[in-house]
Amino acid sequence: MNSDSVYRQRVGYALRTVNRVRQKLAVWLEPDNLARLRPKLHYQAGVLAGFALAASILLGLADLATRNVIQMRLEEDLKASLEEVVPAALHDNDLLADTVAVPSAGAAIGTDETVVYLAKKAGSVTAVSFKFAAPDGYAGPIHLVMGIASNGEILGVRVISHTETPGLGDKIEITKSKWVLSFNGKSLDNLTFEEWAVKKDGGVFDQFAGATITPRKVVQAIRRGLEFFQAHQAEWVGH
Amino acid sequence: MNLSILFSEPYRKIAKDGLWTNNVVLTQNLALCPLLAVTGTATNGLGMGLATTVVMVASNGAVSLSRHLIPPEIRIPIFVLLIAALVTLVDIFLNAWMHELHKVLGLFIPLIVTNCVILGRAEAFASKQPVLPSVWDGLMMGIGFTLAMVVLGAAREIGAAGTLFANASVLLGEQFRFIELTVIPEYKGFLLLALPPGGFIVLGFMIAGKRLLERRRAPKTVPGLEGLNSIGQASWESR
Repeated sequence: MNSDSVYRQRVGYALRTVNRVRQKLAVWLEPDNLARLRPKLHYQAGVLAGFALAASILLGLADLATRNVIQMRLEEDLKASLEEVVPAALHDNDLLADTVAVPSAGAAIGTDETVVYLAKKAGSVTAVSFKFAAPDGYAGPIHLVMGIASNGEILGVRVISHTETPGLGDKIEITKSKWVLSFNGKSLDNLTFEEWAVKKDGGVFDQFAGATITPRKVVQAIRRGLEFFQAHQAEWVGH
Repeated sequence: MNLSILFSEPYRKIAKDGLWTNNVVLTQNLALCPLLAVTGTATNGLGMGLATTVVMVASNGAVSLSRHLIPPEIRIPIFVLLIAALVTLVDIFLNAWMHELHKVLGLFIPLIVTNCVILGRAEAFASKQPVLPSVWDGLMMGIGFTLAMVVLGAAREIGAAGTLFANASVLLGEQFRFIELTVIPEYKGFLLLALPPGGFIVLGFMIAGKRLLERRRAPKTVPGLEGLNSIGQASWESR
């Protein structure tokens, strides 16, 4: 009984306070009052600061509410693109959990450090995959992801993003053309250095009608990616 | 709230202004930056138009709500702050909870900040009008913008690739796959239309077409309808 009345007293007090604040706010928000305040410098500074504060709080809260979800979505995206190039049959581990970060500044594959995702079956590495880029595409860097079997043969390559000419250079996308599948099974062993080029340069890979630079740069980037793999093959695969 | 007010004369005038008379793209010639960047296909135009409409409705509402608070001297920074905050909110919420859509629109959403139309409507309309007309104006201007973007995107897409609404199912969901059409089968493509100059050229034809239509209609104006502008405007509360 006693605690109940204390509780009621507190609720009543809170309600009265809210009401008082609301009345004061209503008086303050009267158009006449605001019209009087608007030309004053301290009011203007206060309003600008108030809006900035409100916007920051709102964005901060929204960030807190979405940060984990967005992180999860990005991981799902990454996982989906890795699974495109590393068949599920080749691994029984979580690709995102088994990673090594390798300095790659000298490999000319677009980044100074490359995160390599190791695919393992029964504890031994069966394949690796990593994201890399052709930094010198026709209209900017072309971002790629590649899976390589432990013997050095390409399992698959996909283009993640690019800014090449629509209708010409965008045939590197799997949705537009099957061209990118022509890398499957190729390695530095079964093709010579000269054959790792588009046909126009004496290699084995098709170029596109009207677009030579885009496929040429992609072929060269993939070759450099394979060289990057070869340089680290022993430490990743262990043989 | 009685929504039949939306069919009253002042609201009809807002609708007509946004959709045709004062169309963002065709009459005001604003928003050309996102316009040319994304209207390579009708689907992209639609996506950009819808995202812009959402932001414009929200920003007009927010500006109108706080119009008495904002001194004219600092209105521009406050409008910019509001719009940037809203665009960021839309961006992160889409990224978190409509991730597939965000992958399609993600590129365009930050571009909305550069869309001067939103600032223009905040300044010219929402800062002087009550909330409902402002929101209505945002919606109608947004729909007018979307229509122009879709028409421009469709013209460029048909001309450049011979398709219409390609990839619309990614944006709108699987049930909309039926609107993906191949207008010209076995089409070789006309690259110019896919590139920014093609956007300018098609836009020029659209603006010329609109002017031509208006000129043909001009003599048919019914006498007595001309006074409606001032009646419509005068009935609203003004600052």
